[in-house]
Amino acid sequence: MGKRIMIDPITRIEGHLRIEVEIENNRVKDAWCSGQMFRGIEMMLKGRDPRDAHHFVQRSCGVCTYVHALSSVRAVEDACKITIPDNARIIRNLIHGAQFQHDHIVHFYHLHALDWVDIVDALRADPVKTAKLSENVSGRPASAEYFKTTRERLKTFVESGQLGPFNNGYWGHSAYVLPPEANLMAAAHYIEALKLQAKAARMHAVFGGKNPHPQFLVVGGVTSIKDLNSDRITEFEEIWKETKAFVDEVYIPDLMAIASFYKDWGGIGGNNQAFLAYGDYAENSSETRLVMPSGFIRKGLKVEDLNVDLITEDVTRAWYEKSRPSHPYAGKTEPIKGAVRYNTDDKYSWVKAPRYDGLAAEVGPLARILVAYGKGDSTAMRLVNKTLKKLGLGTDALFSTLGRTAARGLETIVIGDAMEGWLDELRVNISRGDKKTYQSWTMPDKAKGCGLNDVPRGALGHWIEIEHGKIKNYQYVVPSTWNFGPADAHGKKGPVERSLIGTPIADPKMPLEILRTIHSYDPCLACAVHVIDPHTNETYKVRVV
Amino acid sequence: MQKTEEKEFYDRLEKKGVTRRDFLKYCTGLAASMGISATGVVQVANAIERAASGPRPPVVWLHFGECTGCSEAFLRTPNVGAIILETISVEYHETIMAAAGHQAEKSLHEAVEAHKGKFICIVEGSIATSYNGAYGKVGGRTFLEIARAVIPKAAATIALGTCAAYGGIPAAAPNPGGYKGVTDAIGVSTINLPGCPPNPLNLLSTIVKYLNKEAIELDEYGRPLFAFAETVHDRCPRLKHFENDEFVEEFGSKEAELGYCLYNLGCKGPETYNNCPTAKFNEGTSFPIQAGHPCIGCSEPGFWDTMTPFYEEI
Repeated sequence: MGKRIMIDPITRIEGHLRIEVEIENNRVKDAWCSGQMFRGIEMMLKGRDPRDAHHFVQRSCGVCTYVHALSSVRAVEDACKITIPDNARIIRNLIHGAQFQHDHIVHFYHLHALDWVDIVDALRADPVKTAKLSENVSGRPASAEYFKTTRERLKTFVESGQLGPFNNGYWGHSAYVLPPEANLMAAAHYIEALKLQAKAARMHAVFGGKNPHPQFLVVGGVTSIKDLNSDRITEFEEIWKETKAFVDEVYIPDLMAIASFYKDWGGIGGNNQAFLAYGDYAENSSETRLVMPSGFIRKGLKVEDLNVDLITEDVTRAWYEKSRPSHPYAGKTEPIKGAVRYNTDDKYSWVKAPRYDGLAAEVGPLARILVAYGKGDSTAMRLVNKTLKKLGLGTDALFSTLGRTAARGLETIVIGDAMEGWLDELRVNISRGDKKTYQSWTMPDKAKGCGLNDVPRGALGHWIEIEHGKIKNYQYVVPSTWNFGPADAHGKKGPVERSLIGTPIADPKMPLEILRTIHSYDPCLACAVHVIDPHTNETYKVRVV
Repeated sequence: MQKTEEKEFYDRLEKKGVTRRDFLKYCTGLAASMGISATGVVQVANAIERAASGPRPPVVWLHFGECTGCSEAFLRTPNVGAIILETISVEYHETIMAAAGHQAEKSLHEAVEAHKGKFICIVEGSIATSYNGAYGKVGGRTFLEIARAVIPKAAATIALGTCAAYGGIPAAAPNPGGYKGVTDAIGVSTINLPGCPPNPLNLLSTIVKYLNKEAIELDEYGRPLFAFAETVHDRCPRLKHFENDEFVEEFGSKEAELGYCLYNLGCKGPETYNNCPTAKFNEGTSFPIQAGHPCIGCSEPGFWDTMTPFYEEI
């Protein structure tokens, strides 16, 4: 048996996550993911007004804010057979698009970059060479003064002895291979992105009142009719332009520059064959044409049509009462009664194991890009082929940690570009005098509905059952449940667990390489975990064992 | 400030990547949150400048039963980079810190011991208390154990957001985990900055006042009076429509477009104490009522149960 390492807490994520791996011959031989918190929002929803559900579920996560609220109103609209007006669809698309722009920038710089960028090593960089490197990788003019100021700022920070969020990082680890100038360039953009993201989030506030947790959705449409005017559209457009310029001139060039030093990661952190995308961004009100297409990949790049009836959740290796794998409409959340044990040979997580036609499927940016590519979507094909060519890699390299991180960048471009068209559509509509933002409706006595969307972290589905105008049952299957779920009855592991197998580990006391693959999935555990057992209070060791 | 002093001050700010325009905008926002006039801006500027000149005050930020929305709100503060790098020292914050696993635990332990009695503790999320706190753990310790070990050692504790202040959504009926706000869970008094999410300007104003050693007057729910003395209704830009009996009866209607009062659609502004209409969110861009949505009362204790159904009058 190999050496076991446990990392808890996993930081730079949303939520409370524990990862355990077994290492043999400096490689990960086996891996287990475990969620550590429960709040029980589905249980709170029973008996409440279906119109209120979106406010509750939005609090599943403040990082992937808005997306649960959107799924929720879609589920109720599906149940009550409501078709929302064109303007409501476009405004929802714009807010959803803004969420992707914001979330992916923050993920790259503030949650993922420090896995690749040695911030302390940046102090050794030459600002003149850094400016040259920056101009080389991006069309944006760069000055040595800018990088010198950043370096001095970091130097003052480090010399103060108060390293704050950078304290106890794995600085100097042998797996960091960027030259000092690339480290300084990324560090400068880390700080720049902090400022940019605050601005980008204003897109939500323009039509949504605030961010995080925008408050403008209602079952039947959106409430911000008063903001549907050319001043507000222009205000949104200006922020969109500035964000898009940052994506095109900073985020994507940095991604490509950093990737070019870590090409070996195009062969690490893959191992998954099945991929699932619900797709999103309806281009018309009947929701038939999607900017991000839907589909399921069993193997390779062959895409099958999506069939949500094939979704089940397995609880064999999670702390729930034994039950047959079931579809979310029939889904139950029954924690086992009595003491539970964290046992990697038996049950070890509160995350359920969702399966599509019995298979563990990866969801998220990589799944969406692969589905679009496999379907021959021209934009996806152009972007993917250009990226692979630039890095000198083949399509095999897509199925990896590098591929996952690159896919996130590529879809940021696709969605950002689509947003321009929606702004134009809004302008055309109001110039024609169409300001309809809400469809009247009545609550049925009994109904069932499902709300699907594809959100920054992957395929998200909410299922609601209404009886006597109240919520009878509410279940959601979220991206991090798909990705971070445990093994199932057949012993088949979840996507993240599989991805970790084979990862090289230079130093088991500083498992930087594990963080790279974990973060490439952008985990959100507050969303993923549904129920934890009340009858245990075990404590576990957190050190390297 | 004298002209030369002022120039030097802005030069120093420029070096930190903050332009004069950014800074003035930022201070005006803070002034709006603190309910002071624009002349108070100098006072704010001095406090930040003073804070930036010596060792930065250490902050330990704990995440319990939460959604990270309060951290995200904090990250929406303009010039948040300058706050993190030059104003305060964020010793522990799971969402942004580089360290993970036992290196992260080490950072927490070191910060609490080295700055015992001196650090500001900011808490996000509520604390599971049923079954010895089994519903939530970090590094193998329950939220309850961590709270008891860390919070009593802080100089002051800010309960940021409705969850940390009063329990929030994890405490909504049937509250399966027995979640409670910090004071209820461990009996330590806190400065409460509720809201779902809280307004980051209210957090900054509290920190500035604390650094200025100003007394912070609190209401009966532990909320600073500078932000929570009046209701949303009192400060609402739609108040005149309420007084004129001009109400929106349906979303998307002509009355909605005219910006009439949302009371009949369930607005909880009259029962909710907060400064949303004046401080606004995201650099003054908007707030829910401006976006045509009724207030849901998110800064009041127990609002998930006492203010629902949200779209009905209570």
